Amino acid sequence: MEKARLELVRGTLDVLILKSLFWGPLHGYAITRLIRRQSDDALLVEEGTLYPALWRLENRGLVATEWGLSDNNRKAKYYSMTNEGRRRLRADTRTWEAYAAAVAKILSATEPPAREA
Amino acid sequence: MIKKIPIWRRYDRILGADPKADIRAELRFHLDSKVEELMAQGWSLDDARKEAERQFGDIRAVQRTGEQIGEHMESRRRFKKYAAECVQDIRHTLRILRSNPAFTTVSILVLALGVGLNSAVFTVVNTMLLRPLPFPDSNRLVWFTGGKSFDAKIRAGGGLSAETYTVDVYREFQRNNRSFQSVLAFQTFYNSLQYKLTGVREPRQLDAVEVSDNFFPTLGVTPVLGRNFTAEEVVKGGRPAAILSYYFWKTEFAADPSIIGRSITINTSPSAVNGSVTIVGVLPATFDFGAVFAPGKKVDLFVPAVMDFWSTWGNTLAVVGRLKQGITVAQAQDEADRLFPSLKSQHKDWYYDYASDLFSLKAHVEGSLQRSLVVLWCAVGLILLIVCVNLSNLQLGRAAARSKEFAMRRALGASRGRIIRQLLTESLVISFAGSVVGLAMAFAILVYLSHQTSIALPLLTTIRLDFTSISWTLVTAIVVGILFGLAPAYRMSRSNIHGAIKENTAGTAGGRGQDRFRSILVISEISLACLLLVGAGLLLRSFLRILDVDLGFNPSHAAAIQTDLPPAANKDELLHRTATLKAEIDRVGALPGVEAVGIADMLPLDRNREWGLQSVGRYHAKGADTGALVYLVTPGYLRAMGMRLRAGRDFSWSDTPDTQPVIVINEAAAKREWPGEDALGKLAYATGKTPDRVIGVIADVRERGLEQNASPQIYIPMTQNSDVEGATLVVRSRIDTDTLGGGVLSALRSLNPAQPATELRPLQTFVDHSVSPRRFFVLLVTIFAGLGISLAALGIYGVISYSVTQKTQEIGVRMALGATRGLVQRAILGQTLRLAIGGLAVGFIASLGAARLIRSLLYATSPWDPFAYLVMAILLLAISLLSGYVPARRASRIEPMRALRGN
Repeated sequence: MEKARLELVRGTLDVLILKSLFWGPLHGYAITRLIRRQSDDALLVEEGTLYPALWRLENRGLVATEWGLSDNNRKAKYYSMTNEGRRRLRADTRTWEAYAAAVAKILSATEPPAREA
Repeated sequence: MIKKIPIWRRYDRILGADPKADIRAELRFHLDSKVEELMAQGWSLDDARKEAERQFGDIRAVQRTGEQIGEHMESRRRFKKYAAECVQDIRHTLRILRSNPAFTTVSILVLALGVGLNSAVFTVVNTMLLRPLPFPDSNRLVWFTGGKSFDAKIRAGGGLSAETYTVDVYREFQRNNRSFQSVLAFQTFYNSLQYKLTGVREPRQLDAVEVSDNFFPTLGVTPVLGRNFTAEEVVKGGRPAAILSYYFWKTEFAADPSIIGRSITINTSPSAVNGSVTIVGVLPATFDFGAVFAPGKKVDLFVPAVMDFWSTWGNTLAVVGRLKQGITVAQAQDEADRLFPSLKSQHKDWYYDYASDLFSLKAHVEGSLQRSLVVLWCAVGLILLIVCVNLSNLQLGRAAARSKEFAMRRALGASRGRIIRQLLTESLVISFAGSVVGLAMAFAILVYLSHQTSIALPLLTTIRLDFTSISWTLVTAIVVGILFGLAPAYRMSRSNIHGAIKENTAGTAGGRGQDRFRSILVISEISLACLLLVGAGLLLRSFLRILDVDLGFNPSHAAAIQTDLPPAANKDELLHRTATLKAEIDRVGALPGVEAVGIADMLPLDRNREWGLQSVGRYHAKGADTGALVYLVTPGYLRAMGMRLRAGRDFSWSDTPDTQPVIVINEAAAKREWPGEDALGKLAYATGKTPDRVIGVIADVRERGLEQNASPQIYIPMTQNSDVEGATLVVRSRIDTDTLGGGVLSALRSLNPAQPATELRPLQTFVDHSVSPRRFFVLLVTIFAGLGISLAALGIYGVISYSVTQKTQEIGVRMALGATRGLVQRAILGQTLRLAIGGLAVGFIASLGAARLIRSLLYATSPWDPFAYLVMAILLLAISLLSGYVPARRASRIEPMRALRGN
């Protein structure tokens, strides 16, 4: 818990939500838990932004919802990925990886780029 | 992971979805889970709850966001569902329409007719009445009509002269007024100078208008090529210049862009311009002088009105002003009312004070058209209504046949709204299809109309289908679609499910109520047609009355051609001119088949000017009407025109400048100047200081139009007076004009090689031109009435034939029981007659009221003209019976056995 908390970079939440639904339907609380665990507590999703993000994804047809019972037998709203959502996740993942790689490459550089001929 | 909710818990949404509660539940679940987690870590319940809420932040804000997103989703979902249903409805509609091509075609064509006529007439109305004139800020343009201080009768009798202005008046007003940014003037006596183009091809007569230097800038018209007139081109002795109309530039000079600066040779008579004239500009295609100021006139070029040249002439200028920003017509009128009399007091030589009525140019242009156009608009509106009723009827008949389908859909759970929507979709699809065809029709009509130069209607040439008209058409289409779809939809959705499903034939699907409803529709159709017929009848009768008017001359077998006149500034020249005219008349008169020849400066129904006529030795009250239209003519003219001498003699070649000045007057003049006396041989002042002797009295000639009574006229011999306004030679001959034309032209050429090649125009064309607006309206209204009655006939046919189909069995039974064919036919014709008489009764009463509205358009016809009403009634009954006869005949051919076995 003492690790530095990272602020979510704008626009990343959607792809993280989609990724967490990749393993199966989850309710909102489970999504926050999953993201926290998966990032070794580095990323903490704020509830105030999570739910609006979920609803917007639903509105855009990337996730579907269904009421179900949680582990403790309480009624909870479960989110699951639609086909559209799956496609989006694939595309966004690619973009993110490319982006992260590029940023990493620049930041880890030890010398300036070679002069252009 | 996800467990299904047990059955019993699914019922908490039995009262429908509650998105707000869902959001609350979702967030509460989140908080509770958090609290549980914290408590598992050893927090107390209270602390855990506080911590969870702290971590969550502003829960209400999240809730609100959720609700907004939820609403958005909900409306999108609804829209999607709606759109899907619409697509479904449209597909179903197309399938149904395809399966019934006869119905579809008839409906679309009938609609196209109604909508097409409507958008065509709307476009005409829009161009002539609604849209501003084609000038920038045209609402600031004001037309001046002189003669405000005359009393109405004199004003009506006076010609163009009474409404126009002298150069001096124009200049003084322009200099002294404070309401106008600028004031323009143009010559209304277009042909006072005859323009002849020589040197390009064979000599050709040009239509030119003399305009003030600020004419185009004031109107806001900028030449597309070149420039406007400059100051040195508008003064006497200045460099002659001309601005071409776009049309003339295109036809005569093949739209040559290097035309500017080129010289053309123009001669005028009497000579004002002679020799080369420089072309300084070409006007835009959108500027059509004729369309605004002189309907039906095509102008080739504009030349500067050299005011010094015209200053000695009488009232010849028309005046239009452009108001300063923020000044109203009323304010300008107020100023004019004060300014003109005060100017008059400074100018003793003015004829009168020139008090004027100021109208917006728009009002002047639309003039008397407004009422005619509104009537036309109403007529097409009626047609459209009939179309609606007709389609409603068709739709209803068809819907009745489909009642099983609807009952089935109802039974399978379709709501009433859904059925209504389906039927409305059908009518809207039909109405859109009809509108597209109708729009094409309107386009064709408008293209045709805009090329009719023989119809003297203002702005006709500028008519085109524009965005406004298309929008209007679309709105009409929607309204019509709803209008004719709603009634059947409403009725159908109410029909009894059980009854319809059990019914195994087309039988009595809609029942009696339906029959009654359709009868009402037919009755209203007939009464609408009735209105149209009465209107058309009254207008037609007025038109026939007008054609019957005694013109005072005989336009048949006579034709006119413009000729040259030698100048005549002094007596010797006048004698020379007389000799030339006599030679021309003799030469043309000698052509085979020519009965009479004469020359006049102006023809009736064309232009006119006004001088005074005062009998000698009588008291003339101050301000009394002394005006009279004046015509300079040669001997033989009266005979060539077919004018009738009531008393005295025609002019002769021996009336010369040295003999007693003589005049011929018309009966109206004789009656005014010598009431109750014989005017023959009396003296009157008409041409100047010395009195003229009246040597003849002719029957009144309609000068201004067929609908205006003749005003006093004076005829003056060209042999004694040189003050002519051009010259037109009139030939009376039984030979066809085209054949005669060549002979006349070569006879004139043999005397004067420079005689321009103008057409020999039958006199009838002047009459036709004069009545063309009325002919146009009567023709249209008559066509509309014809359409109206045809549509009504279609409606009657539809209802009767439907009822025959329905009653096939009943008729079969009757015939089996001994009813004769005649009896069956009579019964059905009786049913038709009842409908017709019902419609007639309603229509008759409506017509009596509506006829009053067109009273001002009628000529010598009462709005309650019994003849028109009687003909209308007979026509309607006949057509109704005819359209009822076809199904009646079919009914009487029913074979009883087959009908009975039918089901």
